[in-house]
Amino acid sequence: MTPEALTGGFAAPATEAAHAFRAALEAMARPGTLHRLTGATPPAPLSPAAGALLLTLADTTTPVHLAGTVDCPAVRDWITFHTGAPFAPADQADFAVGDWAALHPLTRFRIGQPDYPDRSATLIVELPTLSATGVTLRGPGIRDTAQLSLPEIAAFRANRALFPLGFDCYFTSGDMLAALPRSTIVEEA
Amino acid sequence: MYVAVKGGERAIDNAHAWLAEERRGDPSVTELTLPQIREQLKLAVNRVMAEGSLYDPDLAALAIKQARGDLIEAIFLIRAYRTTLPRLGASQPVETAAMAVDRRVSATFKDLPGGQVLGPTFDYTHRLLDFKLAAEGELPVAPLAPASPETVPHVTGLLDRDGLIEAAPREETPPPDLTREPLELPANRPLRLQAITRGDEGFILSLAYSTQRGYGRTHAFVGELRIGRVPVEMDIPELGFAIEIGEVELTECETVNQFKGSKTEPPQFTRGYGLTFGQTERKAIAMSLVDRALRWQELGEDFTGAPAQDEEFVLSHCDNIQATGFLEHIKLPHYVDFQSELELVRRLRAEAMQIQEAAE
Amino acid sequence: MTERPEDLARKGWMSLLAKAPPARLAALLPDLPETALLRPAEVGSVMVRGRVGGTGAPFNLGEMTVTRCSLRLACGAVGHAYVQGRDKDHARRAAVVDALMQTPEAARIEAQVLHPLRLEAETTRTTRAAKAAATKVEFFTMVRGEDQ
Repeated sequence: MTPEALTGGFAAPATEAAHAFRAALEAMARPGTLHRLTGATPPAPLSPAAGALLLTLADTTTPVHLAGTVDCPAVRDWITFHTGAPFAPADQADFAVGDWAALHPLTRFRIGQPDYPDRSATLIVELPTLSATGVTLRGPGIRDTAQLSLPEIAAFRANRALFPLGFDCYFTSGDMLAALPRSTIVEEA
Repeated sequence: MYVAVKGGERAIDNAHAWLAEERRGDPSVTELTLPQIREQLKLAVNRVMAEGSLYDPDLAALAIKQARGDLIEAIFLIRAYRTTLPRLGASQPVETAAMAVDRRVSATFKDLPGGQVLGPTFDYTHRLLDFKLAAEGELPVAPLAPASPETVPHVTGLLDRDGLIEAAPREETPPPDLTREPLELPANRPLRLQAITRGDEGFILSLAYSTQRGYGRTHAFVGELRIGRVPVEMDIPELGFAIEIGEVELTECETVNQFKGSKTEPPQFTRGYGLTFGQTERKAIAMSLVDRALRWQELGEDFTGAPAQDEEFVLSHCDNIQATGFLEHIKLPHYVDFQSELELVRRLRAEAMQIQEAAE
Repeated sequence: MTERPEDLARKGWMSLLAKAPPARLAALLPDLPETALLRPAEVGSVMVRGRVGGTGAPFNLGEMTVTRCSLRLACGAVGHAYVQGRDKDHARRAAVVDALMQTPEAARIEAQVLHPLRLEAETTRTTRAAKAAATKVEFFTMVRGEDQ
């Protein structure tokens, strides 16, 4: 394991993980809102926000799937040392990390079962930019409407149609975080 | 139905304060220390670790002190504490064959490799109260004898060599974990063993006893009972190899059960298995009997309706924290429930009275 | 995971440190060098597994408390520790020893810390084994009349 893999975790894990968890909770509860997520300095190309999210949510019982360029030894070692999470193919992952193109096809990910809809994947989608503009969102946790710079529309409408099954998404860019749970209605452009 | 009720805060605070005073007891008596509990009430500590499902003698001693010696309350405290710990991983399965044994007895073979080692047992005491213990200051010393450095082989291994007992072949399927996923039935044997090893000693003991008295009889012999220490190894990802992360005391019981054969299995001995934290011999023996009784289906035996054979019954009721939680909640305010019951009974009585009066 | 021969020695001292009495380790190594924490000391649990029938499929027996710590010395040597119990000082100290064992200080640490710990652990183990051996039953058969 390279020395770089051993650095870049939370300096004060208890408080920083609690803050990050609060941000993750807020983001998912209020789709379209933007949150700053700092404290982690993972190796490139993983963003600080995605790194902090993994430090907070992943552990030895949550298989992680790395898609595309993030699937490199530096990122793997960093996740292993700091979270202990095992790596898994897409169809067994609790968390999947990658850019939008690398995560495709999305049908690979778990969407839960009717009696356990929670047994589904959470995607951590790395985006070049993230802003509260663009596609219009409606649904639980949104007063009237919200806007978010989603990479596309069709995939999220298809996912919404599976409700209560489906995957949930976090979007990360630099140290910014937003989320789109399966319950959100993504309006057509 | 639950309705929030306010107004008990002062009473609750004062009850807690009185509880603390009662816990301390007569201040002219020396306060109990945790090392005293850990060292001198070791079997209580062991039970709290086994059923609390967390191996940490200091924490178990603290829980016993806080619970004023109520072991189920102490187990409750440990179960609550363990949920606050991050799970760093799972160990490699411990090798009980390599155990440094304090005690090892077999009821099936008199002469066997490694011999019969009695260890610190109550078995041959006369169960007469020893009033010498009421006086302080005794410092007993155990005799020593030259020990063999070799590990003690499992008795079932000797039977297995001759094919007289069902095999227990090594496999590496990751086991289900009922502390992470809710119990789903039917349960496989690893899940059943996890539930029973943290189950209530009294409940498991009574079920095991019921099999001996004929409710799901399994004709068990204690092939081997061993108590001792084993190292716990875990793979460390940042190192790329496994290290020992500690050492635990375990009790292991393997029963050898008479088995005439069934529609699916040849006549041979079968096994029941018990493994528990600490020196917890009664629990480990009981566990192995209940484990064997629950195996009726895989061995092609008949279901006789015995409670010990009924997986749903055993696994749903063996946990004393679940049991005491549901049992004791009925003493908490149910004012609204009861009010509706009261109105129902009054109405039914009024109706019955009317019918009676009309008939007269 | 497969072990390389050079890992065996490290496995040995890390295992010894995991089980060492924290107060004893502190007495043998009272002063700690400056370190940079890579992963601050953290108390957690490890699920201990057994095997069905002692040899078969794994099952979850129950958890144990474990504290871990990773740090780096000024010279760059990285030390890891996983120790039994909830003592963060124990974990930090064990990680320091692990790091020092990868430096030219190794011989001094071996003599000052690891050797005494190893001897004491061995004495504890053999004393217990000797007490167990004293309770081993020596059967003898009574001579029966018809065997004459």
